[in-house]
Amino acid sequence: MISRRKKEYPDYWNEYEASFYNGLSKNVGNVNFVVLDTETTGFDVKRDRILSIGALRIKNGTINVRESFEVFIEQKHFDEKTVAIHGILKKGKVKQVSELEGLKRLLCLLKNAVLIAHHVGFDVGMLNQALKRNGLPKLKNRTLDTAVLYNRSLPQREQKINGHFTLDELAAKFDISTTDRHTALGDAYITGIAFLHILSKLKPASTQNLLKRDRFSGFWRPF
Amino acid sequence: MQNSISYRIADFLKRYPPFSSLLKSELESLSTEVAIVYKEKRALVFDLDEKPHDHFYVVHKGAIGLWNMKENVVLDVCDEGDLFGLRPLMAHDTYRLQAIAEEESILYAIPIAVFEPMIKSNIRVNDFLVESFASNTRNPYAKIDKGQLLGDTASFNPSTSGPPLLDVQLVEYSKNITSSVAEETIETLAKKMTAKGIGAMLIEKDGLPIGIITDKDIRNKIATGQYPITAKAEAIMSSPVITYPTQLTVTQAQMAMMKSNISHLILTADGTTNTKAIGILSKHDVMLSLGNNPAVLVKAIKRAKLFEEITPLRKGVMNLLRGYLDQNIPMALTSKIISELNDVCIKQVVKLALKKMPSAPKVKFAWLAMGSQGRSEQLLHTDQDNALLFENVPEEEFKATQDYFLQLAKYITEGLNIIGYEYCPADMMGSNPKWCTSLSGFQKMTSKWIRNTGPEEVLLSTIFFDYNHVYGDENLTKELSESILKNITAYPIFLSHLASNALMNPSPTGFFRQFLIEQDGEYKDFFDLKKRALMPLIDAARVLILSHHITGISNTWERFEKLAELRPKSAALFMACGYAMKALLKFRTKQGLLHNDSGRYISLTALSKEEKMKLKRTFKTIKEVQELLNIRFMVSRVR
Repeated sequence: MISRRKKEYPDYWNEYEASFYNGLSKNVGNVNFVVLDTETTGFDVKRDRILSIGALRIKNGTINVRESFEVFIEQKHFDEKTVAIHGILKKGKVKQVSELEGLKRLLCLLKNAVLIAHHVGFDVGMLNQALKRNGLPKLKNRTLDTAVLYNRSLPQREQKINGHFTLDELAAKFDISTTDRHTALGDAYITGIAFLHILSKLKPASTQNLLKRDRFSGFWRPF
Repeated sequence: MQNSISYRIADFLKRYPPFSSLLKSELESLSTEVAIVYKEKRALVFDLDEKPHDHFYVVHKGAIGLWNMKENVVLDVCDEGDLFGLRPLMAHDTYRLQAIAEEESILYAIPIAVFEPMIKSNIRVNDFLVESFASNTRNPYAKIDKGQLLGDTASFNPSTSGPPLLDVQLVEYSKNITSSVAEETIETLAKKMTAKGIGAMLIEKDGLPIGIITDKDIRNKIATGQYPITAKAEAIMSSPVITYPTQLTVTQAQMAMMKSNISHLILTADGTTNTKAIGILSKHDVMLSLGNNPAVLVKAIKRAKLFEEITPLRKGVMNLLRGYLDQNIPMALTSKIISELNDVCIKQVVKLALKKMPSAPKVKFAWLAMGSQGRSEQLLHTDQDNALLFENVPEEEFKATQDYFLQLAKYITEGLNIIGYEYCPADMMGSNPKWCTSLSGFQKMTSKWIRNTGPEEVLLSTIFFDYNHVYGDENLTKELSESILKNITAYPIFLSHLASNALMNPSPTGFFRQFLIEQDGEYKDFFDLKKRALMPLIDAARVLILSHHITGISNTWERFEKLAELRPKSAALFMACGYAMKALLKFRTKQGLLHNDSGRYISLTALSKEEKMKLKRTFKTIKEVQELLNIRFMVSRVR
């Protein structure tokens, strides 16, 4: 284990790691947030594989379309049941890249940003497994879960004990069109806009305040 | 490269000009360069004199107010699909206005560097922008209510609604022009005119009007033997033709005919003989237009000897209303004219009813209109709500006096019913002894409402306190108003009850501006314009104006205008309320005329995007004034 830490990693990983030398700004407006969503073959972190990754960056309330990306990943493991949800066929017509290439592109956008996803624990779990398969360490980013944040933004009486809200519920609440639901970037977009709405409700005094963990953090459930 | 987000953006943009004119490839490359910007309510987008950003904005969701900071007024509110902040980028100028999110908004920021080449290469985009800068509106293609919520312009001043009344009405001309050429013989020409049953023939050359031949020309020049019947048209035609632009009012048309002593006017595109003839207007057309003229209608109504004679005249009033709405005459003016005509009708009904009585009334009385009629907001026919107030009489004479006036009120309400006002289902009419009593009777009743207020009393107050003096002795009405005010001053909690009632109707939109529609009943899935939009404003105006001890103004927007004057700090909100009220009333009236109903329930699917947006703009104001009521009257205390 100790020897692994001294292992030589490729440049893109070192760059990713180096970005963490600078801490996060106290001012939420200066912090980079990366919102991501993964579409997978199933919900077993160990067994299932990532089919696509969609991600976008938010800084100071702005999403630059140019900085958003979506990759489709070649996978051998394939579960027919989930195809219906994502519509991504194993050998679809879209251009596919290797898992490693997909991870590289994500790390490149991610850097030390705060990582946001709906039920973030699942996406991070899937990504960490993929990193491990490719001989890389786990993600180092601070994370936020929009399901948890949304729960926190509600008045006490409307909060749910399990903090369980679906992305569709959030989309309906904030009037976000769900035309491209179940594509990785489409879901990331819905998550991103929902995050902006929630942020304006929470009005955290500082980044640290926003990142404070509450009892629901890390909780996730499929769907 | 295109991705799900840029597809979304392209999908949205292509619905709105000027992007609707872009090529697919242009739209695609544009949409990949967009930044999506989230703005909280009241967040600044750009400030006055700020250096221009490298992008302009299109509103995706929400609303952005453009403020003139020098005068502290909102010049424009941009919502879904509206473009702003482009002019300074094109002109290399600083921002002249301040842009603030009126509510939570999502904007698309489009880099000028990508868009500019598209303006240059695409003539339709270019035209759109040139026109919109020139006309200072966001969307010059929206011809209706061009860039303005109400079509109110500085040149229309409702306070000078006396003499110019005649002058706002545009003439209706015939677009069906029969024309001939100068070489045609008189004989063929006369046969054509006879066949078509027309009194004038336009003579054209190369599509432009050069002369006109009327019945009179044929009588004076052919029948007298001055010219043979085989002569050419050019020999007898009046030339050059006298032309006018199509935007001609009835009075202007009359003046023009009198000035040149002619019976026909040719209307051309630019008003000169250098453009094509678009319409022809005869003296007869002008006479017809005059028949729909308010002054003529007033005369006719006043001449009526029977209730039944007024009924058809009220149809004329409806035609007039339709015409005014079509011509986009400011709502304040339209409503004033129509209300005055309604008023004349009611006065005439009262006069006729008095004649039916065996004797003249022994004491003074006043006829009051209540509810929407009292507020002069009744453009379409609705129910009658009215009351009869008479002078105090000694106790022993009360019964006889009340009986006399009940008989009178019965005649009046019957008359009103004949001319088209439905009876009030709740029997709030002067023919009901409760609403036909002496001054002290009304004083006792209203003071009871104010001192001991329950839901029933609040409801009665909301109808009764909008009364308007229609006929009879004004001093009686004034005295009643004064005693009501005195009571309200003594029992201020009454205002909290009224305010609480004003907040009963929930605001018209849910989170993020979805319309709240009716959940059940006959009008399920319809939007109740009266309950959700008009009533909150009407109720707010009433309680606020009463809190300032002002009576005598019962019209809602006039109340708001007065409030703006009294409370300069909230002036912007009150003016916005007044505007919203006018816009909503116009909307309701148009819907009502369109569907031949009261216009109260609206099917959202039948509305255009523009109409929905216009409605939504007023909702924000409603929400704000409700918040103000909540704070000002501490409504939670009485709830």
